[in-house]
Parts: sequence; C-alpha cells; structure tokens
Amino acid sequence: MFQTTNQTRSGTRSLLTWYRSGGLSAVLFAVPLVLTFLYFSWGPILRGLVLSFQKNNLVAAPEWVGMANFSYVLTDPQLPQAALNTLYFAALALLFGFPVPLFLAVFVSELRTTGWLYNVLSYLPAVVPPVAAILLWTFFYDPSASGVFNSILGWFGIGPFAWLNSQSLAMPAIVLEATWAGAGATSIIYLAALTGVRTELYEAAELDGAGIWSRIWHVTLPQIRGIIFIMMLLQLIGTFQVFTEPFLFTGGGPNNATTTILLLIYRYAFVNGDFGAATALSVLLAGVLCLLSVVYHFVTRRWSTT
Amino acid sequence: MTHERGIISTQDRRRTAVRYGLPAIQVLIFIAVLIAGVGPLLWLLKSGVSTSQDILSGPMQLWPSGIQLKNIPDAWNRVQIGAYLGNTAFIAIGSMISTLFVCTTGAFVLSVLRPKWGPIVTGAVLATLFLPGVISLVPLYMTILKMPVLGISLQNTFWAVWLPSAAGAFNVLVMKRYFDSIPRELIEAARIDGASNLRMFTALILPLSKPIVGVVALLTVIGSWKDYLWPLLVLPDPKLQPISVALPRVAKTTEISLQMSALFLAVLIPVVLFLVFQKQFLRGVGMSGGIKE
Repeated sequence: MFQTTNQTRSGTRSLLTWYRSGGLSAVLFAVPLVLTFLYFSWGPILRGLVLSFQKNNLVAAPEWVGMANFSYVLTDPQLPQAALNTLYFAALALLFGFPVPLFLAVFVSELRTTGWLYNVLSYLPAVVPPVAAILLWTFFYDPSASGVFNSILGWFGIGPFAWLNSQSLAMPAIVLEATWAGAGATSIIYLAALTGVRTELYEAAELDGAGIWSRIWHVTLPQIRGIIFIMMLLQLIGTFQVFTEPFLFTGGGPNNATTTILLLIYRYAFVNGDFGAATALSVLLAGVLCLLSVVYHFVTRRWSTT
Repeated sequence: MTHERGIISTQDRRRTAVRYGLPAIQVLIFIAVLIAGVGPLLWLLKSGVSTSQDILSGPMQLWPSGIQLKNIPDAWNRVQIGAYLGNTAFIAIGSMISTLFVCTTGAFVLSVLRPKWGPIVTGAVLATLFLPGVISLVPLYMTILKMPVLGISLQNTFWAVWLPSAAGAFNVLVMKRYFDSIPRELIEAARIDGASNLRMFTALILPLSKPIVGVVALLTVIGSWKDYLWPLLVLPDPKLQPISVALPRVAKTTEISLQMSALFLAVLIPVVLFLVFQKQFLRGVGMSGGIKE
C-alpha cells in the first residue's frame, strides 16, 4: 500500500518535470506533422499493402483474396506491353534527356557574362504548365500536312509524319516533349553543382597537356558525378511513374503503343473500379523501383570511390 | 575584375579553332534555346489572336486573315479561364501554407526540441522518402473519400489537395537539416533568457530560416501548379478545378481559336512571374539539386 502511493507520487513528479521542461509543447508542435503523415503518408502506404490482398470496389465490403490480385495483374495480357512501353519511355528519356542538359550546363558555366540569358531561355519551357504544354504540342504534332511540325519539315521536303497516330513514332514524340519541358530545370541543377568544381585542377590538367574535351571528361564530369548519379536515378524513378504525358497525348494508344504501367493502374482503379488490382500493381512497381534504387546505389558507390 | 578560370584557358582562347569555333557554337546554341524556349510561346501568342481557320490551314503563316483580338476576352468570359486560374492560385497558396506549417513545426521538434521519441519520428519520415509515390496513390484516394476515424469525405474540397501536399518527407528533412545548422549556442542562450518554445520558434528559428522557407515555398508552389492527376481525381466538380485539370476537358468542346487563347492566358501568368522573379526562381531550383545530394 505504502509502496504504491510512493510510486504514483514519483510518477506524478516525473510527469511534472516532463511538463516543466517543455515536454507537452514538444508534443503539441509535433501534432501537425504526425497527423498529416498518419493520414496522408504512413497510413496510405500501410493501407496499400493491405489493400493489395483484398477485393475492394468501394461498394461491397472488402474481402480477403490472398494473392489473387497479384496473379490477376501478372497474367493480364496488357502487362508485358505496358512494362515494355515504360522501359522504352525510360530508355528514350535517358537517351534524349540526359546528355542535353549536361552539355548545356557545362557550356553555360563557361560563359562569363551571357550565361543567365541561356538559363532563362532554356528554363522557360519548364515554367509552362505541363498540361498546357501537352495540349500545345498535341497541336504541333497534327498529322495533316499543314500541322506545325509537318509544315516545318515540309520546307526541307521531309514528311509528313503521323506523329502521335503512328505506333512507332508516338512514344518518341512524347519523350521529345518531355525532354523539352524538363531539360532546362535539370540543366540549372547541374549548373549549381558546377559552381563547386575546383578550378585549379584545370590548370594542372592543362600543364599535363589535356585538351578541352579531355579536361571536361577527366576533370569536370568526375567532380559532379555525385549529382549526375542522383539526377539519373531521380529521372529513372520519375519516368517509371510517367502518367500525364501519355494520358493526355494519346490516352495509351495507338493500339496500346504508349500504355505505361501507371496508365494501367489508373485504368484498373478509376475505370474498372478494381482497387485491389490497382494497388497490387502499384506495390509491384514500387518494389521494382526500390530494388532498382538499392542496386543503383551499390553500383554507383563502387564507381564513386574508385 | 579578375575572374576564376574555367575549362577553357586564356591560352586556349588565342588558338584559331577556339577563337572562331567558340562564338560559332555560342550562336548556334543560342538559336537552339531561343527556338525551344521562346518559339512555342510566340506561336501561341500568334495563334491566340488568330481565327480557327488560319490556325488549322496555315499554322506557320502570319495572320492570313487578320488579327482577331476578341479571342482573349472571349476565352476569359466563355471558357472562364479567370475562375480556373483563381482556383489554381488558391490551391497553390493553400498547399504552400499547409506545407510550410507542417514542415517548420515538425522540423522544430525534431531538430531543436529533440524529445526522446524524436528519432523514431525522423526515421519514419525518412523511410517514406525512399518509397515511390505510386504506392500510395490509390489508398490516398480512398482516404480522401472517407477519412479514417473522422468518417468525412474531403472530395470536392480544397483540403483534399492542400493536406496531402504537406505530408512530404523531402520538405521536412530539408527544413530539419537547415535547423540543425543553426548554432546550438543561440538556442541555449534563448532558453536561458527564459524564452518559451513558441517564442523561440517564432522569434529565433523562423527569422533565421528565411532562405530555406523561401525555397520550400517556391518548390511547393511550382509543384502544385504543375500537378494534374491528383486534382483530377479529388476535384471532379468543375467549379473547383485548377486550370491544368480544366484545360483538357474544355479543349474537347471549344473551337480551336478559343482553345489557343485559353492556353495563352494559362501560360502567360507563370511566364511573366518567372521573368520578373527569374533570379529567385533559378537560385531556388539550383538549390533543390544541392539538397537532393
């Protein structure tokens, strides 16, 4: 009896010191963060994992179906095509979208007085809201001979091309627009990294007889490789989750030539109302991306230390 | 003014190949970025005041049948571009306020107050940084339709866009790292002077963090201005939609000349804002790269 009162007393006392040292206000300050993350980040992530094992169409009560969603998604005949399209988009985006901003940034960093002008001009496309840019480019890609691109190419006697209506050209056309929209912003980020390059190394390289190109290759690029690797990974993760461009440009057509994984998820959830299948595919895609990041991290770390 | 040397040295510049090659490359790249950056905008400006007939039959000709200035007021009134732009701005500003509120208060706890349970929260926030956004798209949508515990639906309210944007791990961690760099002596001194936590937050930490608050605010506004899929899902009511969601829907039912003037108006405001604040913009975007590293 005596002991319990002693215990509660020391309990109240430690509560009191906790309160006096600002413990309560720390909790109050943390409430917005914890609540928003519970509702909109941690909660949905956990719920997604649970949902992928359930049959859920928002109407009937959810019901456990085990791996049925996964096997449904994995055997969907559209999946291989969508996965290939997504890989194709990522590869093309890397091919177009990686060298252009890097070259632009290295070039602009050499300009002493007019560099800002190049920055402003190349960043302009990134300011145009993506949806407006896509609608504008849809019009540029008009397949008739009087379309904007077709009439420009027509001056040189090339074309006309079907662009978005052609199964083989639709994806490159989409990537071209995405590169146009994204290159300026990426270039600015590289440029910021380039200001940290140690310039005395150029002096040494020049004395050793290195030309301009080999100075770029052996001095400039190795010094910013950290940010190059990060930007490449972020670009990969971004392109694997591409939605707006194919959705608005072609809606996945022609003949599913531009259907990406995210378009498939969108169709499962918001066209068919099959939320279980949609989350199952999301979980699979997220798993692949996590795996990709881990592998990428280890591979590039080995390159970075040598 | 002495300038630090770049890749190309003064000696290189004397060589004929560099002396004439470099300006030539400069001009070529300048033409390329000019065409890529300004070309589409000029074309849009031209088409925004053309007749539908001209846009369709001669898109690269300069006004074969004259300038049609009434497109602009028509787009503003009939397509209601003004209302959609208003929604966009309202959504962007609300997202910015909610993001800043959550990430400054959260980072203040994790970095300055450092309660015993702080590292757990930091770890949980950090973990979400590595998960791609796609994993929570569908469950987040279901959360909005029916909030757990509260049982209310946020669909067709701006809260459905404002609140999820605040749950970004990147912003919280960037803010925390900035607060970490504030000298502890300042915080200890404030505490000895008897400042309460709230006062320390508003009078010491926030004023010292203006640069990072500015960058997070700018990046949030840009992100929200560009967002398409999320507002499309949670704001089906046309009266609430931002311009990015409204434009493709409107485009299906409007004649081409009005479409082009609507696009022009939608592009005009961000472009003008960018040209006015280009320095801050480019510095903010550049900083975002340094933060990612």
